[in-house]
Amino acid sequence: MSKRHEIRLSGSGGQGMITAGVILAEAAGVYDGQNVVQSQSYGPEARGGASKAEVIISDQEIHFTKATAIDILLAMTQEAWDKYSHDLKSDGVAVVDSFYVKEVDRPGVHKLPLAQMARQEVGIEMVANIIALGAIAGITKVVTRESLEKAVMSRIPKGTEDKNRQALEIGFRLAAGV
Amino acid sequence: MSKQVALLQGNEACALGAIYAGCDFFGGYPITPSTEVAEEMALMLPRSGGKFIQMEDEIAGIGTVLGAAAAGAKAMTATSGPGFSLMMELLGYGCMAELPCVIVNVQRGGPSTGLPTKGAQADMLQARWGTHGDHQAIALCPSSIEECFTQTVKCFNLAERFRMPVLLMMDEFIGHMREKMTIPQPGELETYTHPRPKIKPAEYRHFGEGTGVGGAYAAMGSGYRFNITGLTHDPKGFPTNRADETKWKMDRLRAKVADHLPELTEVEREFMDDAEIVIFSYGAAARTAQQAVREARAQGVKAGLLRPTVVWPFPDQVVTEALRQARAMVVAELNQGQMILEVERANRTHTRVLPALRYDGEMITPAEVMNVIAEAAR
Amino acid sequence: MKIHPAYEMLRPDKNFPNVWCPGCGHGIVQGAIIRAVQKLGLDRDEMAMVSGIGCSSRMPVYCDFNSLHTAHGRAIAFATGVKLHNPKLHVIVITGDGDALAIGGNHFIHAARRNVEMTVVLMNNMIYGMTGGQYSPTTPIGKRASTAPYGTAERDFDPCSLAKAAGAVFAARGTVYNAAELEKLITQALAKKGFALVEAVSPCPTLYGRLNREGNAVKMMQWQKENTVNVKAAEKLPPEKVRGKIVTGVFHDAETPGYTEIYDRVIAKARGA
Repeated sequence: MSKRHEIRLSGSGGQGMITAGVILAEAAGVYDGQNVVQSQSYGPEARGGASKAEVIISDQEIHFTKATAIDILLAMTQEAWDKYSHDLKSDGVAVVDSFYVKEVDRPGVHKLPLAQMARQEVGIEMVANIIALGAIAGITKVVTRESLEKAVMSRIPKGTEDKNRQALEIGFRLAAGV
Repeated sequence: MSKQVALLQGNEACALGAIYAGCDFFGGYPITPSTEVAEEMALMLPRSGGKFIQMEDEIAGIGTVLGAAAAGAKAMTATSGPGFSLMMELLGYGCMAELPCVIVNVQRGGPSTGLPTKGAQADMLQARWGTHGDHQAIALCPSSIEECFTQTVKCFNLAERFRMPVLLMMDEFIGHMREKMTIPQPGELETYTHPRPKIKPAEYRHFGEGTGVGGAYAAMGSGYRFNITGLTHDPKGFPTNRADETKWKMDRLRAKVADHLPELTEVEREFMDDAEIVIFSYGAAARTAQQAVREARAQGVKAGLLRPTVVWPFPDQVVTEALRQARAMVVAELNQGQMILEVERANRTHTRVLPALRYDGEMITPAEVMNVIAEAAR
Repeated sequence: MKIHPAYEMLRPDKNFPNVWCPGCGHGIVQGAIIRAVQKLGLDRDEMAMVSGIGCSSRMPVYCDFNSLHTAHGRAIAFATGVKLHNPKLHVIVITGDGDALAIGGNHFIHAARRNVEMTVVLMNNMIYGMTGGQYSPTTPIGKRASTAPYGTAERDFDPCSLAKAAGAVFAARGTVYNAAELEKLITQALAKKGFALVEAVSPCPTLYGRLNREGNAVKMMQWQKENTVNVKAAEKLPPEKVRGKIVTGVFHDAETPGYTEIYDRVIAKARGA
């Protein structure tokens, strides 16, 4: 990988987009040894409404800190898709939650049952963000599975390891089916 | 022990840097986007026996910090625009009473409540001139997470050495951004603690020696009973309004910065050797400038970057020289044009100076800076 | 020549005569503080006297302690930092009615709430002296000041009630007329391990007395003498007999752990965790 990857994880406040961004950045930066910059939108919109976290991954030094031409987009809600998909590159990868995102205005979008699988298989919708990370890593290989698992384990509350490991597994399984 | 690489937020790195520097006191008041600094300090300080206190407002925050500093602490507070404004009076107290401390301002959009969750660099002149009366300022500006750590350490060193409040002018972009950094091992970075006096208490003058830079000074409660006041005072710290003693004090305050400009000049240069278009930028905006310079070079424009990490005192000489060399200078900053005024002041050669400004809470983009570079190159 | 017992606690070089007007009560308060410190045998090196701005706040420069003359209203904030960083220091805050209760009111109530170990000696002369006689939060309603030429329209604070309500462990009032009682109250306050307030009613003949036609320094002292009721006696009197008088004595005396003591437990917890 010798390019700059701009990844945007978007959803609504409370869906764990910032946590997912931090985990992805840690996986890429600390465990995969890439350069990373992670940022997010804060504020009223982070208390419900659309929320986003961005991660830039590169094997080169990262100067400009913002994502403006998105290579990989995750949208967990319709509002997030509507608000944050405008600067997705034409060859960019989009992963959306098939339950919450109904209308997408471009072809090739991966509609995956992220929230549904979280509810049905893990029993809590909260881990949908981890399923999404697994799916993104599986589809794009932007981070290694090993590093992602390490990062997930280092950033989640104690006692939730099994559920999160299961979520990650589901994510990679969904990616394999793409 | 292997080196620890961590993914850190700017605010966290700042707090870790403070602990590394030996900070043992934090007093402050929560305010977005600086609050994580306080939260980290609340977590870490008691572990090393240090003290953290959340005060009733920012005035009280800097008040406790100055009190603790008088009692010998390496003390710090962190805030953002509205709180920084409230601290202005006591910032001047710290200058007058020559109390070392570090004040972190994670800048957000203003004026007033403005944009609490969005970044800006619009307190740059307030940092220099915000408190009343003639005074000097030392302010640093980090452009990366690693610099949030290392510059915080440097702020403490400078505060201890120059006996004055030192400002770390962060911004929301850097404060809330995460990058990985290698945590410095103990001893890897210089940490300076001012010497304590060894002379007899009867002979001790708290403001006695020269400009006081690098000298010994005592803490309250160490056996040297001296007076500290915000009133103009004599070398012993006793109030005076005599013209000669007033001039002595004011000259001392000025000289401690003015006589040490080389030590206080720190400017990163990129592609400057043959640069014709020089970009002047600092803090978060400098990251965009770094990108723009490279893109300009790729297009065959001889662009270079001056990035002061110490912004106050302003690096007059470096900027004057760069303006002499350049065809034009582009000042990229996140405000309506603040440090550009200093650049223009340093411009002895009537070199063209062009602003590349953004002040809507969003980061200036390389394309926006490129547009100004293109205009400068015409 | 006989040397005054307070002399050893003073800084005679350059600082005298002091800034206080003839007839001002603040010097008597200073004498009472020094005697209390001597009585308790406190080490000067471990005394930190912290003040704000105003007539009373000039006191630290005259006392041979560790002295910190801060900004208007902020003495208690500075003192909190001093005490936290070096809990061994005995911290005395010297303040006035404007300094402590107007511009510094927030710090006053919050330091009391936190129970930061400090003795606050509040010299209440019911006026801003240094700036020329403006009304303060303790100027009684209807009294004249340079900014209340027709009498104030504002009600006044009772500093002792305020301190008690905010969480102080000790609140007492004395007068400069009864310097012996004042000294005793300050001695009690200095022995407390928490936020302790002593309000010292101190006449300002130059401004308050003149603007309110209460006569010269002697007459104002006379008034204090004739219009002071001890709190124990006042409790037995009908309210109309107490109205307009200075009630002195200890209003509140409690034992609650001080802030630095509790913070030591925080440190222990953080280190154990």
